[in-house]
Amino acid sequence: MAQANLTDRGAGNFSVHHHPEKWKWYDYFTFNVDHKVIGIQYLVTSFAFYLIGGLMALAMRAELATPNSDLLDPNLYNAFLTNHGTIMIFLWIVPGAIGGFGNYLVPLMIGARDMAFPKLNALAFWVTIPAGALLLGSFFFGGAQAGWTSYPPLSLITANTAQSMWILAIVFAGTSSILGAVNFIITIWKMRVPSMDWDQLPLFCWAILATSILALFSTPVLAAGLVLLLFDINFGTSFFKPDAGGDVVMYQHLFWFYSHPAVYLMILPIFGIMSEVIPVHARKPIFGYKAIAYSSLTICLVGLFVWVHHMFTSGTPPWMRMFFTVSTLIVAVPTGVKIFSWVATLWGGKIRYTSAMLFAIGLLVMFVLGGLSGVTLGTAPVDIHVHDTYYVVAHFHYVLFGGSVFGIYAGFYHWFPKITGHYLNEGLGKLHFVLTFIGTNLTFLPMHQLGLQGMPRRVAMYDPQFQTINQICTFGAFLLGVSVLPFLINAIWSWSRGAKAGGNPWDAKTLEWTTDSPPAIENWEVLPVVTQGPYAYGEEHLTVE
Amino acid sequence: MQGTVDSNSQSAGDAAIAHEEHQDLRVLGLLIFLCSEFLMFAGFFVLFLVYRAEAAAWPPEGTEVELLLPAINTVILVSSSFVIHYGDVAIKKGDVGGLRKWYLITAAMGAVFLCGQIYEYATLGYGLTTNLFSNCFYLMTGFHGLHVFIGLLLILGVLWRSRREGHYGAEKHTGVEMAEIYWHFVDIVWIVLFSLIYLLTLI
Amino acid sequence: MKQIPAPLWTLTVGVVVTVISFWVGYNHGFLPEQASAQAPLVDDFFNIMMVIGTALFLVVEGAIVYCMIQFRRRKGDDSDGLPIEGNLPLEAFWTAIPAVIVIGLGIYSVQVFQEMGGFSPGGLEHDHGMMIAQAHTGAMGGVSEDTPDTPEARQQLAKAVYGFGASIDNEGRSADLEVNVSGMQYAWIFTYPDTGIVDGELHVPVDADVQLNISAQDVIHSFWVPQFRLKQDAIPGKDTELRFVATKPGTYPVVCAELCGGYHGAMRTQVIVHTPEDFQAWVDQRVAQAPMSVDAIAQNPADLSDSDYLAPYETALGVDARLVAQLSQASADDIINP
Repeated sequence: MAQANLTDRGAGNFSVHHHPEKWKWYDYFTFNVDHKVIGIQYLVTSFAFYLIGGLMALAMRAELATPNSDLLDPNLYNAFLTNHGTIMIFLWIVPGAIGGFGNYLVPLMIGARDMAFPKLNALAFWVTIPAGALLLGSFFFGGAQAGWTSYPPLSLITANTAQSMWILAIVFAGTSSILGAVNFIITIWKMRVPSMDWDQLPLFCWAILATSILALFSTPVLAAGLVLLLFDINFGTSFFKPDAGGDVVMYQHLFWFYSHPAVYLMILPIFGIMSEVIPVHARKPIFGYKAIAYSSLTICLVGLFVWVHHMFTSGTPPWMRMFFTVSTLIVAVPTGVKIFSWVATLWGGKIRYTSAMLFAIGLLVMFVLGGLSGVTLGTAPVDIHVHDTYYVVAHFHYVLFGGSVFGIYAGFYHWFPKITGHYLNEGLGKLHFVLTFIGTNLTFLPMHQLGLQGMPRRVAMYDPQFQTINQICTFGAFLLGVSVLPFLINAIWSWSRGAKAGGNPWDAKTLEWTTDSPPAIENWEVLPVVTQGPYAYGEEHLTVE
Repeated sequence: MQGTVDSNSQSAGDAAIAHEEHQDLRVLGLLIFLCSEFLMFAGFFVLFLVYRAEAAAWPPEGTEVELLLPAINTVILVSSSFVIHYGDVAIKKGDVGGLRKWYLITAAMGAVFLCGQIYEYATLGYGLTTNLFSNCFYLMTGFHGLHVFIGLLLILGVLWRSRREGHYGAEKHTGVEMAEIYWHFVDIVWIVLFSLIYLLTLI
Repeated sequence: MKQIPAPLWTLTVGVVVTVISFWVGYNHGFLPEQASAQAPLVDDFFNIMMVIGTALFLVVEGAIVYCMIQFRRRKGDDSDGLPIEGNLPLEAFWTAIPAVIVIGLGIYSVQVFQEMGGFSPGGLEHDHGMMIAQAHTGAMGGVSEDTPDTPEARQQLAKAVYGFGASIDNEGRSADLEVNVSGMQYAWIFTYPDTGIVDGELHVPVDADVQLNISAQDVIHSFWVPQFRLKQDAIPGKDTELRFVATKPGTYPVVCAELCGGYHGAMRTQVIVHTPEDFQAWVDQRVAQAPMSVDAIAQNPADLSDSDYLAPYETALGVDARLVAQLSQASADDIINP
């Protein structure tokens, strides 16, 4: 099989036969090169970080139940908001959606026995562990407090040790991202089973491909910016120190050149999950396969040129504010194409309301709102008013919670039987969905109004006139906290005791369902042969059984 | 259904295909990784150009750059890229001796470059923290120097391995190729860097 | 596509959606009071996006809900849905319509932005050098009128200014009133160069063209008045400005919108929009209390520590002892200065 190391030494060491029949439990805690083990490692680790980041959010929402800063020390509050954002992005959604589902599913979907570079793959997972350790460890030094954006000069003068640890954590997470991206690009490009054409590639793989290209080109620029910040904090340089001629806005450009595409890193794989889950449970071919595949690539391309919309109130000249208004608005077009295509996929289907499908439809419902508020934010005149307010918080939680987290949940329910060989309990799943859906809207919908009316984000104390709405949000947040419980119970219980699932419990058509559940270590005894598209539903007459 | 069609002939050939493929894939993987690396340097380049445009004097008085030594260094590094290619050509003909000779020369040239760099640092008279220009200068050249160092280690690694009989051959030289590609990358970055930091001061 | 509804039904839905969208767009009540000349421009734009957004929201969510009900799996039916893989005209339609909408919004936003003065920050005829030099020496509250023509001041002249300049009607004219705004952890300080007044609250006359020259002393802050719909970061080392015409007397909050430290949320003050007579009365009253300002002129602010300097203004600025202590702490370990 393919090798990861950069030298020749390992060539041939890892062959098809050099592994046990089945992994033991402790194999999941080792430097294992099996893509499925790595996928599970990513999923479980990132979910643990999701819980940690979620607890931070609950602490913040508790603080915001009253206008005064009375529960948390304001600096600790800032440490929570910084690390909540950082953990949710770099240790939950990115590793969960790309690392977890990507690693587990891509080889299975394209008929490969593993990723192109298994050792590199394992390395990419294991560097996320020090990233998490650094972030959590930074709390012993006060925690980074400058927001996940870490704008200098604030990041240069607050909690230096913790800030440096934060930078190193992001560099580790970024390294993981780049290594993963190289692996995915090569795997999808070169390792497809020979009978699979590009237009038979499942849309999830298209999405991962687009994501990887984006990660590959944007992450190093963030790394560059953070290295400079690290030097400014620790080695006496003055790249971002205005007194010595440094330019603080330059940091913002370097930061957002990565961090806007990072938003697409978090949502493109979810779009991929949507395109898999919806056709299966609606029993219909995906509507507009090519349009969805190309729109991923369009988002990836346009997404590299919209970053200044985060800086409309910063030190940016008028032409820049206008250019990036227009480029940002353009992103709405390919995104709309996807949403319309999914709705059209539902149209005329025979929708089965499984938990996976409920989360997928829930995502669709909320993402529409997140997309529309995104358009308003993309225009400079309105953004001038709502930038850095709760309107922005509302928008990106609709996209990242209503979008990404719902997508990951949909993926969990959809592929859990494949990963474990057991179904998740549908009753608990539906309870989980209802609680999460209500909680999400209760928490984030009122925030739109807060922002429009004048409440800035990232504050531990606020004008008392906003108290009622804030209390609704806090209530919603705690409901969201509770909503995790049925899922956790369900996942832990079903992992070993859930109803047994066969190789293809949903009667789906992509290749991962052609093997056992859970798949054998090399995925298939005999590699499958692709005879038709991945979404050929309702076409029994074409099927050769 | 996209079915599993049993075909034994396919599975028999499978392992061999996968194995052969990965020989190519590592080189491809490196190339894609280097695209990413280059963007990190690009971040520094853009930063440098912006600061240059914003500053009243760039480089400020007292922190002028040396030109002669870096020019010599540039010649050494650029020509080493040709030298290393001879090594690659040699191994493609199965000539391990040739590979070792040319890679040894490349390694020596790389080492000379690094020593030149260190000598330059020692004699410049200003340090990392002197001013914004020196910040950029040391960070960019230092970061590049780190890459040269890694490239050097890769070449030395190839030399170390080549002692083993039959480790490299006309058909089996991915490691050699990767070291070469990496060295070219380091070289290309240097050419841009040299133009930005040194040549632009002439204008 | 058997499910295409009857034309009459489509028409009804269209009319209902349009009516609801317009109603929502102009009656959502989410935006606060309009108190500047720019506010109605922004609001009109926002409302139009609300109309379009509501319409799209209703149509898409309506389609989803319709599908969920109409196309649910019936009991015992394990067959698949229709094998529809696409519909090129339909796909072209839903690519083209949003494209047209966003291009329209793009053009409109450029126009609104221009009317707001977004294209003319810093591009003014008045004595630029003096204004900016004051923004700098005056940053610590210094109110020296006669800024020397130092090389630094000349160098400042070349620097770009970001933010909002004169609105279209006032282009080429200098502002009626200039105020230097300085952000620091965690307070705004407003200096009136014409009169030497220093205050912790912003006082402006109604219907006057006011220009704020914004600077920051320590970290990035952001000057935001929600009722004006205007916001501009205060950036250390960069000059920014906000020019506006307040249209309604009253008191409005000034909010810091960029994370600036632990007490970021407490960095609030207010802008008081006076009638011209009230404003004059306020100015007269403050100038009469001049000793405070004379002190400031007599002493070079640079020689004073923050707390020394701020102490006389404690009441006026609304800066309490805790904040002063923090400020002196901040200046003690001022790491920005290499």
